[in-house]
Amino acid sequence: MLSNLGIISSSTSLLISLFLIYLSFVELKISGNQIPKKIYKFSLAQLIFSSLSFLILLIGYVFSDFSMINVYENSHTTKPLFYKISGTWGNHEGSLLLWINILVIFSFLFLILNKNKNKNFKIFTLIFQNLLISIFFIFLLTNSNPFSPVFPVPDEGLGLNPILQDPALAIHPPLLYVGFVGSSIYFSAALAALISKVEAKSLATTLKPWISISWFFQTTGILAGSIWAYYELGWGGYWFWDPVENSSLMPWFLMTALLHSVLVLERRMGLYSWVIILSILTFTMSVVGTFLVRSGILNSVHTFANDPSRGLFILTFLVLMVFSSIFIFFKYTPSEKKNYRIFSKEFFILINNWFMTFFLAVVLIGTLYPVFLDTLIGEKISVGPPYYNFVLAPFLIPLLFLMTSGPKHKWVSSETKKFFDIILFLSSLLFLIIFFVIKENNLLINLILLFSIYLIIQTIFDFYENLKNRNINLSRIISHFGFGLLIFFISINHIFSVESNFNVRVGEKKDIKNYVIKFKNLETSSGNNYKSVVGYFEILNKKKLTKENLKPEIRVYNHPKTITYEASINSNLFSDTYLTMSNISNSDIFNIKFQKKPFMNFIWFSVLLVSLGGIINFFNRKKQI
Amino acid sequence: MKKIFFILILIFISTKLVAEANTKDKILKNLRCLVCQGQTISDSNSDFANIIRSVVDDKIQEGLTEKEIYKFLSEKYGDWILFNPPLKNNSYILWFLPYLLFVLGGAILYLMIKKTLIEKK
Amino acid sequence: MKKINLIIIFIFLIFIFTTLYLSLDNRKIYNTEDIVGQKIDEVELTLFNNNKTFNTKEISNYKFTLINFWASWCGPCRKEHKNLIKLSKNKNLKIIGVNFKDNKTQAKEFLKEMGDPFFILIKDPKGKQSVNFGVYGIPETILVNENLEILKKYIGPLGLKDVNEIRKIIKK
Repeated sequence: MLSNLGIISSSTSLLISLFLIYLSFVELKISGNQIPKKIYKFSLAQLIFSSLSFLILLIGYVFSDFSMINVYENSHTTKPLFYKISGTWGNHEGSLLLWINILVIFSFLFLILNKNKNKNFKIFTLIFQNLLISIFFIFLLTNSNPFSPVFPVPDEGLGLNPILQDPALAIHPPLLYVGFVGSSIYFSAALAALISKVEAKSLATTLKPWISISWFFQTTGILAGSIWAYYELGWGGYWFWDPVENSSLMPWFLMTALLHSVLVLERRMGLYSWVIILSILTFTMSVVGTFLVRSGILNSVHTFANDPSRGLFILTFLVLMVFSSIFIFFKYTPSEKKNYRIFSKEFFILINNWFMTFFLAVVLIGTLYPVFLDTLIGEKISVGPPYYNFVLAPFLIPLLFLMTSGPKHKWVSSETKKFFDIILFLSSLLFLIIFFVIKENNLLINLILLFSIYLIIQTIFDFYENLKNRNINLSRIISHFGFGLLIFFISINHIFSVESNFNVRVGEKKDIKNYVIKFKNLETSSGNNYKSVVGYFEILNKKKLTKENLKPEIRVYNHPKTITYEASINSNLFSDTYLTMSNISNSDIFNIKFQKKPFMNFIWFSVLLVSLGGIINFFNRKKQI
Repeated sequence: MKKIFFILILIFISTKLVAEANTKDKILKNLRCLVCQGQTISDSNSDFANIIRSVVDDKIQEGLTEKEIYKFLSEKYGDWILFNPPLKNNSYILWFLPYLLFVLGGAILYLMIKKTLIEKK
Repeated sequence: MKKINLIIIFIFLIFIFTTLYLSLDNRKIYNTEDIVGQKIDEVELTLFNNNKTFNTKEISNYKFTLINFWASWCGPCRKEHKNLIKLSKNKNLKIIGVNFKDNKTQAKEFLKEMGDPFFILIKDPKGKQSVNFGVYGIPETILVNENLEILKKYIGPLGLKDVNEIRKIIKK
């Protein structure tokens, strides 16, 4: 029954979407500036029915209604309630339904919240957005239907992969979707703005809040994913340049460039085309990412189950979307007077866009190259962290430098600021102190440290100066400060991380650097839906004479039958101690991986600071800067 | 201009001087676990990873350099086992295209700025 | 100026999308079957029954050699074993077995029960020796000639098709 209700609800929402498109085209021919109540009402109805669909699926999961094949394949009666709920979007079909809901929510919110006077602009945005909604609904109902019934109804489900049963992983998709699916609204708005000839400042004011919000959620979504990877996947890292991770990072680069560009557009005309192009590209890149993740052409620990028919649908949609956008852009783009003055704010934002596009290109090339090589030539190579680190890391230096000196330049002036000033002096001093303490001899890392310190010090100075002049551009200061901290702590973490992989039996101990690791004993245990073997370890810090206890586990889940290796992590303020164990088959020997990871909490905190800037920007809408 | 040049030089020099403390860990992190989904030999708990870790240990004891170990393994298993793609005929584009694009982007930017500066005059 | 940009972008995009489309069909799971044409290394292996050594160099004494990696705990190895017995009847072919990460007693029982096609039996209790041959799972089988060149690699159990293919190659 739920199955039928779900299909009816979704289909209704689809029909309303199509009707909205029709109503909108009709409305275009009518003059006047008021959008008729009918459109608002149907928009609300569309929202109600799509939310209802999602709710129906959610109920199916909560009450373990296995008459829907999606619930059967991805859930189990013994799953904890929280994970039954999050299991709704932990699979391809359910997450697609979430995708669509976000599209609908943003469509509705834009309609009722947007104060732009240009009626055609709002109507065209509605049209484009609803085209997206309709196409995705059709995809859902014909190819990836979460409400597909199964008969006879099974008694029990197949269960959800235990590594997906984690709180960070539960919120990670919703956060990301508000981010990159939310970018659909400014995609639609950009195309609409071209056709209805919205002028620059008006467009900037309209788009800025949507861009800020989606950027904030994209940043925190990526953070949640990294936290999940760190705590749950058991390798001690938080970023692997895995294709699925890259798929969330690539839209982020574009969103960042777009956010900066739209801030400029509020004041100057010059970046109009950039804002339009970046708006179109962001959502396009989101769809590219969705394609890569769901089509099965990439090999990753994160991918959904494979099905080439999905890939074909998304690819076709992508092609249509890209070529339509290009056509609209080239037909309607205004010829504008560009007057970029060197060393003006616009100039630095353009430089920023150059860097962001470059980073995007590197990640895209690294991700797609193995696929292209294999398809065209038949040779298989891997592109992993060494490639990305090697190519990208050096460019952090000029980026950090530009982030520091760029904002110092005034909007109109073309004077060059003094290069050597007190802040650079202070930073160099601080850097030298740190250098002599840590004694790192890698030139690249030292430069990165130097320039991240420079950015940190500069933003602190900016903060005080702004306080003095009561001229708060808090969002920029906090985000750049956070970014400086992030790079700084990632570098320190990289330098001081300790890792050791060794074999040991119960009762034995091992000396690693300043630590003595004792394998005290082994016990069996069980949880809600698993049985486990727990290792009790005592870590003695020889320098500080402190002891800590860690208990990594090997868990055996039955539904589905999987073995997971649970890391035992002590997250202290300044450093994390990280231990995983696995046993060597046919022996009583255990393979232990011991890691000391400094400043992890500072890394997470830095990302939060970065994202905070976005939210502050959102709330700052009314202020004239 | 001078400071930009200075920074560029620093970048290119620094890419040459990437030293790493623990070679064994570095090697294990650079090898792909062939029977896992996107994990390194360092991270994986599979039997295959255990064997390869053992073999890398032996090779280091025998005195092989990092490069030689990669060569040994990639001969047997293909380049796919290496996360750092070796610079070969099939990876020139991979390694050089990003820098090409960066320079291209810079050139386009420069042309855009130059045009408006001339217009201004 | 604009027209040329458009055309360049179009061509570029068509290339990208076509390749992506082609990649949808081409999702081969990784395997090492194409790593042929190389020579196997000259390594010292340990015999199963005593601890004497066998150097792979000696394979050059035989026209064709099949090296089969197996274990008693491996289900598909059981399936392919009768095909190995069949092939062992062929005078042109010598079959070397490498017992991979196995228990000696159980391995002996396996051969007693299923027959012993192996001209030489090697033991590899830790699995490390098999790495020299690019083995990453079992069963795997490699066909080499007297020049130590790898002619064919079989990943997974040998089927009838593979047996016929081997027979054809060793006839020459």
